[in-house]
Amino acid sequence: MDVAAVFFYLFSAVTVASGFMVIAARNPVHSVLFLILAFVNSAGLFLLLGAEFLAMILVIVYVGAVAVLFLFVVMMLDVDFAELKQGFLQYLPLGVIIGAIVLVELVAGALTLVPSPLGKPAAPTPGVSNTQALGRVLYTQYLYFFEVAGLVLLVAMIGAIVLTLRHKRGVRRQSVAAQVARTKATSVEVRKVPSRTGV
Amino acid sequence: MILTGFALGPILPEFVLAVGALALILMGAFRGERWAWVVTDIAIFFLGAALLLVLRQPSGSVAIFNGAFIDDGFGRFMKVLALAGSIATLLMSGDWLRRERIDLFEYPVLIMLSTVGMLLLISANDLIALYLGLELMSLALYVVAAFHRDNVRASEAGLKYFVLGALSSGMLLYGASLLYGFAGTVSFAGIATAIHGQSSIGVIFGLVFVMAGLAFKLAAVPFHMWTPDVYEGAPTPVTAFFAAAPKMAAMAVTVRIITTAFPGIVGEWRQIIVFIAIASMALGSFAAIGQTNFKRLMAYSSIGHMGFALVGLAAGTAAGVQGVIIYMTIYLAMTLGTFAAILEMRRNGKPVEEIADLAGLSATDPPMALFLAAMMFSLAGVPPLAGLFAKFYVFAAAVDAKLYGLAVIGFMLSVVAAYYYLRIVKIMYFDAPRPAFDKGSLAERAVLAIAAAFIVLFSVFPGGIVDAADAAAKSLF
Amino acid sequence: MPSLLSDYLPLVIFMAIAFAIGLALLIAPFIVAYKSPDPEKLSAYECGFNAFDDARMRFDVRYYLVSLLFIIFDLEVAFLFPWAVAFKEVGPLGFWSVIVFLGVLTVGFIYEWKKGALEWD
Repeated sequence: MDVAAVFFYLFSAVTVASGFMVIAARNPVHSVLFLILAFVNSAGLFLLLGAEFLAMILVIVYVGAVAVLFLFVVMMLDVDFAELKQGFLQYLPLGVIIGAIVLVELVAGALTLVPSPLGKPAAPTPGVSNTQALGRVLYTQYLYFFEVAGLVLLVAMIGAIVLTLRHKRGVRRQSVAAQVARTKATSVEVRKVPSRTGV
Repeated sequence: MILTGFALGPILPEFVLAVGALALILMGAFRGERWAWVVTDIAIFFLGAALLLVLRQPSGSVAIFNGAFIDDGFGRFMKVLALAGSIATLLMSGDWLRRERIDLFEYPVLIMLSTVGMLLLISANDLIALYLGLELMSLALYVVAAFHRDNVRASEAGLKYFVLGALSSGMLLYGASLLYGFAGTVSFAGIATAIHGQSSIGVIFGLVFVMAGLAFKLAAVPFHMWTPDVYEGAPTPVTAFFAAAPKMAAMAVTVRIITTAFPGIVGEWRQIIVFIAIASMALGSFAAIGQTNFKRLMAYSSIGHMGFALVGLAAGTAAGVQGVIIYMTIYLAMTLGTFAAILEMRRNGKPVEEIADLAGLSATDPPMALFLAAMMFSLAGVPPLAGLFAKFYVFAAAVDAKLYGLAVIGFMLSVVAAYYYLRIVKIMYFDAPRPAFDKGSLAERAVLAIAAAFIVLFSVFPGGIVDAADAAAKSLF
Repeated sequence: MPSLLSDYLPLVIFMAIAFAIGLALLIAPFIVAYKSPDPEKLSAYECGFNAFDDARMRFDVRYYLVSLLFIIFDLEVAFLFPWAVAFKEVGPLGFWSVIVFLGVLTVGFIYEWKKGALEWD
C-alpha cells in the first residue's frame, strides 16, 4: 500500500467518524467542532485528488467562515439539551430502521454497480497548477456560471439583511458629517457679558 | 446552432432584468422605504420589457456560452408564462403588502431576481446552468416566504421551505454529480449522446436524484410535504407567486432535461414520471377534501395539477409536451385568478382565508362570485371552460403513447377533485351570506377578470395558443 | 507518491510535529503532575461565589448577520485567487468578467452600507 492510500484511508476514516460525531455529540458546540474536523479531512481528500484549490477553499470558506456562522447559530438558539435528548430516544427506533434500509440499499447498489462510465471526464492539464487551470477557464469559458454565481451571492446578501437586520429605536449615533460640517458661526457665540449680570 | 463567441442577443431579456434589479437595489438603498411603490412600478416595467424582448427574439434555437444557455421556441413560451406570472403577482402585491406594513422595496427586487433565476432555469442546457438557475430562483423564494418576519407562521414557512429546499438541492447536486461521473459531460445533449440506448446503473441513480430535486421544486408527491404549510404561512401575494411563476420554470426544466438528455432511456424515466403523476393527482384530489383554509386547499390543488401536467410529460412525445405547455398556460391563468380572489378576501382591513368566509358571496359581491365560480369550474375541468381542454390535451397524449392506465386513473381522480372545487361554488351561491368583503384593489379585480376572460375565451378561440404550444413543443424534438 | 503530494511533505512533517508536541503537553501533566483534588478545588470559580448560571448565553442575531456578510465577501475573494494566478492568460474578457462580478457585489455592498447593516446599533 502506498503512502497516498494510507492517507486516503486516514482522511476518509476521520471524516466519516467525525461526521457521525456531528449528529451524536450531546453538546451542539462539540458538533460544530466535529464538523470542522470533517471539513479539514475532506480538504485532505481533495488534496489527494490533486484539487489543491478546492482543498484550500474548503479550509478558508468552510472552516474559516461557515463553521463560525454555525457556532453563532448554535449559540443564538437556546437549545434545551434534556428536551432534545427525549425526542432523540423517541425517534431513535424509526431513525435506525430508516438508516438501516438506506445503508442496505446503498451497499446493494454499490455491489451491483459495475463502475462502467459511459463517457470520460476531461483529463487534467499537465504542467499547470490546479488554481491556474481553473483561472484559465472560469473567467472566459465559464463566464456565464461565474456571473450567475455573483447574482446568487447578491440575493444571499439581500436576504440576510431583509430577514435579520433590525434597527433599535432611540440609539444616538455619531454623525461624522454633521460634526465635520460644524462651523465657527454655528457653534460658537461671542457675547459681551456686562459685569455682575451674567449671561 | 451553437454560437462560440461572446453573444449577448439570446440572453438579452435576462440581462436587462438583472441590470434593472441592480439599479433598483441602488435606488432603494438611497431613497429608502418610502419609494417602495416606485420601485415596484419600475420593477413591473422591467419585467414587461423583458417580456417584450422575449417575444421579439428571433425564431429558431440558439445556444450560447458553449451550449450552457439555449434560447428556443419552448424556452420562449415558458419564459412568457413565467414573466406573466411575476408581473401579475407584483401588480396584486402592492396593496396587500402596504396594508400589512411590509411593503419594503426589497420585495419587488427579490421577485425580479427570482424571475431572472427562472428565465435562466428555463434556458438551462447543462447541469451547472440548471443548478445555478434553480438556486438563484429558490434563494429569493426562501426570503420572500419569510418576508413577513414578525409573523410566526411566515417565519416558520420560510424556515421549512429553506431547510427542505436545501435538502432537495443536495439531492439534485448528488444526482448531477453521478450523471457527470458516468456520462462524462454536464451538457444535456452530451449526456444523451453518451447514453444512446445503453443505460448504466450510475446514470439511472443520477436520473432518480435529479428528478427528486426537481419534483421538490414542482411540489409533486412524494416531495410535496412543504407545500401546504408554506402556502398557508407565507403572505398571500407570495403564495400566489409560489403557485404561479416558479412552477412554470420547474416544469420547463423538467421537460427539457427529460426530452433532451434522456430520450434514449424512456422506459427508465417514464416509471418515475408516471409514479409521481399518479401520486400527485391522488394526493391533490383526496387531501384537499378536508381543508378549511383556502390557501391550504390551493396548495393541494396545485400538487394535483402538477400531477395532471406530468401525465403529458409521461407520454414523452411532442404531443405530450404540447399538452404540458397548454396545461401550464391554463393553470397559470386559473391560479392567478383564484389568488386574486383570495387577496380580495378582506374584512375590516384584516385578510381572511377560510373557505367558510366565502359563504353567500353571490349576494354580497355578484361579479367576484361569478369570476371565482368560473375559476373553480375551470380548475375542476367542467366543460366548456379552459380547464377541460388542459386535461384533454394531456390525456390524449397519454392515450396516444398507450398509457391507458395512467389516463384512466387521471380521469377518475379529476372527478374526485371536482368535488371540492364545486363545494366552494356551492358555499358561495347557496349558503347564508356573511358580511361583505372590503372593496378590493383595482389590480386584484383586473387580474381576476382577465383570468376569467382567458379561461372563457380559450374554449372559443383555442387556436392561437394551441398552435404556439405545438410549435414550442416541436422545438425540443 | 505523485509529485503533487511530495510537495506537501514539509506540511505533513510540520503537522506531525505540532500534533506530537501538543499531545505530549496534554498528556505529560497527567503523568507527572502532583494531584490532590478536593471538591472545593474542582468547583467552578466565579469571584468567590458559586456559579449563578450557565456560562453559555444567547447571542444576538446581529453576530449572525455580520458573519453571513463576511462569508459572502470571503467567497468573493476566493474567486479572485485563480484570477490572480491566471491573470496574464485570461485576456480582456477575463478581466472584465471579474470586474462585472465585483460590480454586482459592490451593488450589494452599497446596499448593506446604506441600510446600516455595518453599524452595530
